[in-house]
Amino acid sequence: MLKINNLHASVEDKSILKGINLEVKAGEVHAIMGPNGSGKSTLASVIAGKEEYEVEQGEIILEGEDINELAAEERAHKGIFLSFQYPVEIPGVSVTNFMKTSINENRKAKGLEDMPAKEMLKLIREKSELLEIDRKFLSRSLNEGFSGGEKKRNEIFQMAMLEPKLAILDETDSGLDIDALRIVANGVNKLKSKDNAVVVITHYQRLLDHIVPDYVHVLYKGKIVKSGGKELAHELEEKGYDWIKEEVDA
Amino acid sequence: MDLKEKLVSSFLAFENRVDIDSPIHDIRTEAIKAFETTGFPSKKEEAWKYTSLKSILKEDYSVFPKQEDALDYKDVKKYFIHDIDTYNIIFIDGKYSSHLSQTTHDKMDVCLMSSALNKERYKTVIDKHFNKIATKDSLSSLNTAFSSEGAYIHIPKSKVAEKPIQIIHFSTGNESALMLQPRNLIVVEENAQVQIIERHQSLTDNPVLTNSVTEISADKNAIVDYYKIQNDNANASLIDNTFIDQKGSSHCLVHTFSFGGKLTRNNLNFYQNGERIDSTMKGITIIGDKQHVDHNTLVHHIEPNCESHQDYKGIFGDSATGVFNGKVVVEKEAQKTNAFQANNNILLSDKATINTKPQLEIFADDVKCSHGCTIGQLDDSAMFYMRSRGIPEKEAKALLMYAFSNNVLSSVKIPELKQRINKLIAMKLGVNIGFDL
Repeated sequence: MLKINNLHASVEDKSILKGINLEVKAGEVHAIMGPNGSGKSTLASVIAGKEEYEVEQGEIILEGEDINELAAEERAHKGIFLSFQYPVEIPGVSVTNFMKTSINENRKAKGLEDMPAKEMLKLIREKSELLEIDRKFLSRSLNEGFSGGEKKRNEIFQMAMLEPKLAILDETDSGLDIDALRIVANGVNKLKSKDNAVVVITHYQRLLDHIVPDYVHVLYKGKIVKSGGKELAHELEEKGYDWIKEEVDA
Repeated sequence: MDLKEKLVSSFLAFENRVDIDSPIHDIRTEAIKAFETTGFPSKKEEAWKYTSLKSILKEDYSVFPKQEDALDYKDVKKYFIHDIDTYNIIFIDGKYSSHLSQTTHDKMDVCLMSSALNKERYKTVIDKHFNKIATKDSLSSLNTAFSSEGAYIHIPKSKVAEKPIQIIHFSTGNESALMLQPRNLIVVEENAQVQIIERHQSLTDNPVLTNSVTEISADKNAIVDYYKIQNDNANASLIDNTFIDQKGSSHCLVHTFSFGGKLTRNNLNFYQNGERIDSTMKGITIIGDKQHVDHNTLVHHIEPNCESHQDYKGIFGDSATGVFNGKVVVEKEAQKTNAFQANNNILLSDKATINTKPQLEIFADDVKCSHGCTIGQLDDSAMFYMRSRGIPEKEAKALLMYAFSNNVLSSVKIPELKQRINKLIAMKLGVNIGFDL
């Protein structure tokens, strides 16, 4: 589904990704772990198409197509979804209206008519129940005054609404208490199928107890320096990142 | 002959045409003298530093428009808030249009200034209120000198006007260039309430200059809710001079929606003559091309325990220019005043300009006054967030701008009007926002 070849990327002339290779197949869950500042969030933003990041070398291929030149919205239309580490507050736009706009713009890009209002309401109700989101919450301004946990739940709610092919969860576990973590993980697991894929970016292992990865990669200094199965996450949880740093820096 | 000379020399002919024996003859004569002495304001004056009238004064305006040109309602319906029942006071090229209007004298007066100025039964109100609160600056004086027509609204004690009143000034392009000077008087007595929607609309590209004066008197506990829709054609300019005299516990709320026109200057003045008064001014300005909108506000806090709220949002594209000059005066006696002022702007282009200046003159020591102005671009992180959810750049921008101006709309009390303003905003932003407006 996603193939990243020798990806180099920089922001404001500062080189951050220095040759990433990654292949994610449909039905798989990949975890990308690593110490702070290793380039995890940059990788997520580059895949999603943030313009501030300059791709200097390499390719990002989604279902056989190089998406490097595509705008963020075009990547979204092709099924990429990024759950933000810090979801942006948009005062004056309610969660519901934002979701309606998003759904209908995605449909428009596929040549479909707007979703009928009734169907939209049904979908919103269904998906908000999945994430245990209160009705009142949906009429509030997007992310404005939301707690950390509410913001993250809202991200996964949007993911549930949009049903992406490739979901990238950037530090979705940060700011979540154990109940919210369980709800969010449950939501992600229910959305998982053999046709889509999930990339979980996290510093800690605890989310991976709930969303079990098929592969774990360690990102350090802009490169994937180690890959393994889910046991690698446990090893990192026990031993920290120092041994990896030592291995790489040696 | 420049416009000033033309106006001064036309004055006698004008008086002969209207009524030389009018009870306001002396007021008019005095006013033309005041205008003759001062002339049009220039950029040398502090209050006009960022707004030059030069380019609009050079047109050869007709001061006496030809007779009323009939308009079909179906052709101008779109300029009305037509999905609700309203009283309508409609003018075409400065003349009253009876067939487009719906006035009343049933327990209140919603009618014409020309009647009010000339008929005996209105004399008490005219004597008490006409040209009392308006300042004697040159533009208001000019309007006073030529005042003959406009809206006259009198809501007596404890009367709540049961439907909104629309005042619309159409100009048809019958004249190659037209100057209009409507004069409105709105008297709202104790405990009375009224909602008014005002609009100036040119129907062609011929230049139009409107120099309007509106005097509003809000007596104790009165509620006045005033909406100004400024979405005129590219060659139409408006100088709106509005003066509001408020008595104890009255609430006056003025919304100004500036989406069009060549040059728009709003001189909006509130005078608080009583306690526990609330004065609120809200504005949304969305302009582009070389359009210019200037909001010049004054709140005069004279007595204690009053509030004023100002919230103006501006979005400026292309080479558009904006001005916000908000003056708040708190007199020594006006203790416990709460005065808030906010002016937030977004510049969409490198050539767009906004000059924003809060002016606070506070002579009391126990007051809460705040002001804040911001000038920015659209938030990049919000743009990326929305685009990553599949919302294209243009729509994302529109949604952000819509959200930016949205809180100003929350205080619009007429739902159909709010809907209309929302549509105008969407049109102005050039997109069809994908949710119910």
